[in-house]
Amino acid sequence: MSIDPVYLRANQRHRLADGGRIDRDEPLTFSFAGRRLMGYRGDTLASALLANGVRIVGRSFKYARPRGILCAGVEEPNAILQVGGREETQTPNVRATEQPLVDGMVTRPVNGWPNADTDLMSVFGSLGGALMTPGFYYKTFMFPASRWETYEWFIRRAAGLGTSSKLADPDRYDHMNHHVDVLVVGAGPTGLAAALAASAGNKRVLLLDERSEAGGSLLWSGEAIDGVQPLQWVADAVARLDANPRVTRLAHTTVTGYHDHNFLTAWERRDDAHALTGGDTLPGTRQRLHKIRAGSVVLATGAHERPLVFANNDLPGCMTATAVSEYIRRYAVVPGDKLVVMTANDGGYRAAFDWMQAGREVVAVIDPREDPDSSIVQQAREAGITVITGSALVEARGRKGVTGALVAPINRLATFVTGDTRLLACDTIATSGGWSPAVHLSCHTGSRPVWDEEAIGFVPGPTTERRFAGGSVLGHHTLGECLAEGTDIGLQASVDASMGAVPEHAVPQVPVPQVMSSNTTEAPPMALFSVPHPKPASRAPKQFVDFQNDVTAAGIEQSTREGFESIEHVKRYNALGFGTDQGKTGNVNGMAIVARALGKSLPQVGTTVFRPNYTPVTMGAVAGAHVGELFDPERYTPMHSWHVKAGAEFENVGQWKRPWYYPQGNESMAEAIAREQLATRNGVGVLDASTLGKIDIRGPDAREFLGRVYTNAWAKLAPGRCRYGLMCGEDGMVMDDGVSACIADDHFHMTTTTGGAAHVLSWLELWQQTEWPELDVFFTSVTDQWATISLAGPGSRALLAELTDDIDLSAEAFGFMDFRTGHVAGIAARVFRISFTGDLSYEINVPAQHGLAVWEALFERGERHGLTPYGTETMHVLRAEKGFIIVGQDTDGSVTPHDLDHGWAVAATKPFSFIGKRGMQRSDCTREERKQLVGLACTDPNTVIPEGAQAVRDPGQAIPMSMVGHVTSSYYSAFLERSIAMGVIKGGLKRKGESVYFPLADGRTLEATICDPVFLDPEGARGKV
Amino acid sequence: MFLIHCPYCGEDREEEEFHAAGEAHIARPLDPDACSDKEWGDYLYFRRNPRGFFRELWVHAAGCGKYFNIARDTATYEIHGSYRIGESFAVPGESEAASSAGKSVSP
Repeated sequence: MSIDPVYLRANQRHRLADGGRIDRDEPLTFSFAGRRLMGYRGDTLASALLANGVRIVGRSFKYARPRGILCAGVEEPNAILQVGGREETQTPNVRATEQPLVDGMVTRPVNGWPNADTDLMSVFGSLGGALMTPGFYYKTFMFPASRWETYEWFIRRAAGLGTSSKLADPDRYDHMNHHVDVLVVGAGPTGLAAALAASAGNKRVLLLDERSEAGGSLLWSGEAIDGVQPLQWVADAVARLDANPRVTRLAHTTVTGYHDHNFLTAWERRDDAHALTGGDTLPGTRQRLHKIRAGSVVLATGAHERPLVFANNDLPGCMTATAVSEYIRRYAVVPGDKLVVMTANDGGYRAAFDWMQAGREVVAVIDPREDPDSSIVQQAREAGITVITGSALVEARGRKGVTGALVAPINRLATFVTGDTRLLACDTIATSGGWSPAVHLSCHTGSRPVWDEEAIGFVPGPTTERRFAGGSVLGHHTLGECLAEGTDIGLQASVDASMGAVPEHAVPQVPVPQVMSSNTTEAPPMALFSVPHPKPASRAPKQFVDFQNDVTAAGIEQSTREGFESIEHVKRYNALGFGTDQGKTGNVNGMAIVARALGKSLPQVGTTVFRPNYTPVTMGAVAGAHVGELFDPERYTPMHSWHVKAGAEFENVGQWKRPWYYPQGNESMAEAIAREQLATRNGVGVLDASTLGKIDIRGPDAREFLGRVYTNAWAKLAPGRCRYGLMCGEDGMVMDDGVSACIADDHFHMTTTTGGAAHVLSWLELWQQTEWPELDVFFTSVTDQWATISLAGPGSRALLAELTDDIDLSAEAFGFMDFRTGHVAGIAARVFRISFTGDLSYEINVPAQHGLAVWEALFERGERHGLTPYGTETMHVLRAEKGFIIVGQDTDGSVTPHDLDHGWAVAATKPFSFIGKRGMQRSDCTREERKQLVGLACTDPNTVIPEGAQAVRDPGQAIPMSMVGHVTSSYYSAFLERSIAMGVIKGGLKRKGESVYFPLADGRTLEATICDPVFLDPEGARGKV
Repeated sequence: MFLIHCPYCGEDREEEEFHAAGEAHIARPLDPDACSDKEWGDYLYFRRNPRGFFRELWVHAAGCGKYFNIARDTATYEIHGSYRIGESFAVPGESEAASSAGKSVSP
């Protein structure tokens, strides 16, 4: 792209003619709120906005006050933008200070109505805090409740940060796992020194940094290291690390979570450009979530500068001192022309020097310390900078940006103003209240940070993890300290990762990078958080603490007057630190104000802990590749393709896709299942029952084991026979059921419910492994190994006979509850004569790979038998006609076998006290008025009682009515030509013949007669033909 | 997310391969029928749930399928060790009061 350099300069009026780590040969264009602007490769969005003279980047959350860029890094609270050129790929709340500038990027403020420059809502901001105090929304919009929807529209329009796309994200995201010896978080001087030391001993090292390039503060500050300039030292260090195949270094990668046992997550921004510009989706990965298990973790996360709290400190043009230095030296951008610095420490003076070197005017440096005796103050005076000590910048002046600073002398403790104020004209204010170590990650595993009096900040607390921290995160800010500590903890971490098995002499010798000592004297910093004002906080212009959530000093003081004393409560009441920035700039200032208001010390007030994530992570990265078809695995039976071709509607049962019903032509669901029911009852139907859980049980003690886990008897079940079994928990409640077959004395084939298969297997393993290891028995899940075809109906024998020549199907040779092996359609099969419909029925099990072939063979022969496939819905109706239960539908974990009237399946005389026996004998399980399973015949045979309907005995009772049970299964039976239902009713078993009533939500009240749940063929004749 | 040593596989594996199965060393009474309702209720429902040292039963569900015991701290999440069913595992400093022994209903 060729752009006239004269035009570029004119456009970027705050850009210096030279310097900075930007590529002036690569000019970029981007848009902000519809304006076309220019920048360079190497810029962040924030530095480019400042270069173009953009001061207002958004409106504040609550008061809609104009806000500008405050910081230069991850801690930025104001400059959060909506970024993206297309609806489906845009991202809300992107920190402009972290976002590299991309050619063609489209950005806009996340709020402001009608726009950020002129926001009608700002009337609140200028009317003062009295109108919108803490808890404003709670207090104001409570009544009347009927107006809430109106309020909500207004509130959502007024507040809110950014919008999410409502379209599916077309981009690719993925996850990557890492197992490393040492993870180093942060590639500033401490992190680089640690990575160099850790990698010296051939360890696997992962070095992650959230910025676009390594170096941290060395990118814009620092002294010579080992005799070379800081940027050269960084380049050399990076080259050495990158040349080491055991070291992986990633930029643009933020460690967002520190979880148990040194498991960390990191969020990498990769191919974002297309999404930022609105271009087409690229084949690459847009973002990646790294999952890291590290032997040791080195936290070199640095610190965030605290802005000072003073009146109107949110005016655009107020910045942290470090940010001013970084914009000048790293990006060659001077945010204004006339600077006033307010600093409580020596470090803040650097902003004044950098400003002066850029050729702009430093109006004054305001220092609250009475007589700071340090070299840097001396240098400032020698350089001709006006230094005003024992004073404070108490108020910024201006409407849409800083135009002046009000300065006043203060007392030694900085608690009140002692003299007259004077106004200094300026357009930029840089403040430094000290440094808050970035302790966030150290808190994630539950370690509370501790107050360090010397560092005037919270530092990482004790931990049980193999974690090391050094440099600014410990409050140690000199370059020499950072390099020495980094080297030390890098070595420690690499030794620790090998569990201390390394002898002393094997620890590599790594020299500590040396910084030339310049023999400077330093003055101790002052613990200043909130600057006094001539007026009390409640009457002075707003003093902002948390910029993103518009939390003010007056608001915090008011909440302590309202009785909030715990920092946890104050924080929630004011929403302090609740923004997307988690209060990185405001939390400590807020705690200091609480402490002052309560007359406590800061450590007494304590801190709140930070939780993952350190910065917001996109949902795309969290989901990774687990979207669409890969969101959740689906399980298909071997006959699935047939069902699809037959036009089946499917039902989800766990992860299984089961045919629900097979509509033909324009059939409705009711018509389809009526047809399926009648075809099966009158002829022959077939159900794919492959999803049934199947467990192969072998061993000499298999039979004994079954007797212990089932409620009924298994001692005498002969090979070739099947039995229905009920399984209970130790509490005596029904847990699962199914038919098990004896294949040999030491070999059984157990079936479970579709949904209970995995749980039952682990249940069996639990008892065998932990209580009865002496029992010689083994369990193998064979659910997926067998395809199961359930052939049901009076015509099933004739059809099956056509497909087998080695199984005698006669009633005499193959009776009810028998099982035989043989061949079906030429495939070796196990055939069980069991029935879940009450009709003659065969369950054919063949190896899964032959399931489809046997199924198709049945249909080849089945046409003249009227063979009809049926799905789970018909299966439910057919079993309910017979009163057969479904565990989990007719039971809910509070139902004993006796409640089901299944006492016949409980062998109380078995010698071993089987699982559930003692539980079901507890007094509560034997009382009379328990809910018991019964049939419910609606007095109107054409009305199906809704499942879940609550039963009452007296429909005339006043509300609240006494509920006596509910409907568990309810259908229309096409065969019986009436509605049928089952339900649990208090004392139901002895109340057969009585009526219960079901008052419904739609106003109807249905009546039903309590009856036996077996609606069809109570003698059982149909199944035994 | 925990990193758990499976004493059967002999390897440290991710927590997502395992399921927790409650307090360890809860022995089933040898003669349940002789238990009073209260004794049976204690065995069934009551667990110590301490803050601090605790022994737990886990299963390597997506691995070897074996149940085993873990001695860990429920406050710091530090795992002192894992051991097979039937094995004992002494942790230095484990106080008698904090021990899970003595909890189970005597037969």
